[in-house]
Amino acid sequence: MNIQLHYTVSADDFTRAGEASGAVKAKLKQLGFRPDVIRKVAIAMYEGEINMVIHAGGGVADVDIEADRVVVVLTDQGPGIPDIEKAMQEGYSTASETVRNLGFGAGMGLPNIKKYTDDLIIDTEIGKGTRITMTVLV
Amino acid sequence: MTIADIANILNATVVCGDNLDTEVLGACGSDMMSDVLAYVKEQAVLLTGLVNMQVIRTAEMMDMVCIVFVRGKTPSDEMIDLAKERGMVLLSTELRMFTACGLLYSHGLTGGEQ
Repeated sequence: MNIQLHYTVSADDFTRAGEASGAVKAKLKQLGFRPDVIRKVAIAMYEGEINMVIHAGGGVADVDIEADRVVVVLTDQGPGIPDIEKAMQEGYSTASETVRNLGFGAGMGLPNIKKYTDDLIIDTEIGKGTRITMTVLV
Repeated sequence: MTIADIANILNATVVCGDNLDTEVLGACGSDMMSDVLAYVKEQAVLLTGLVNMQVIRTAEMMDMVCIVFVRGKTPSDEMIDLAKERGMVLLSTELRMFTACGLLYSHGLTGGEQ
């Protein structure tokens, strides 16, 4: 099995954040993946999607589905992450008050992504953008 | 405890959904969706005072079966549509978060911790 999916994550409308993750979740379910695998992919990708909407003005999501793994690559042209070590700490957040009022910005995004994935690679450059590659093994 | 029991204990209105016989095994009460996303529970209910699409999305990613909106909050039509699509039950209670959580806990529903 090798299925590739591509989504554009728009930052214009916060209410639509999570649509791509929801679509991937439905696809994995349809393909018969285990519920715990599906949930790990869905939660990690959703947090990543929210991050792109909040911090980076949106981006793109590429999903590679194979029988033994699901790889989600989120790419944005945002400001980059100045201090990854801090960003990986639970509770550390640079999100605005507006974002917090929407229920995010608790400083759990990247820690949650790490928690639910088997491998996480963050490539980031200040002023250029960020690419997050997350792998969940089946 | 079933969703119907929860509705009864919290004197809640059923906004949408008809799977009221579904068994609920754990609960989470928070307005911060990232905190909710940090702890997976099987067949869980979410109690929240936050009202936006991301509440439904969060519950969707977590495979949650029911959302209770506290302090008399009511979800938008768009939220109801997505919840229906995903087979989730939405409830609304006038109770505040602390009281709603306390009542469910005292009736035997836990946070799902082992």
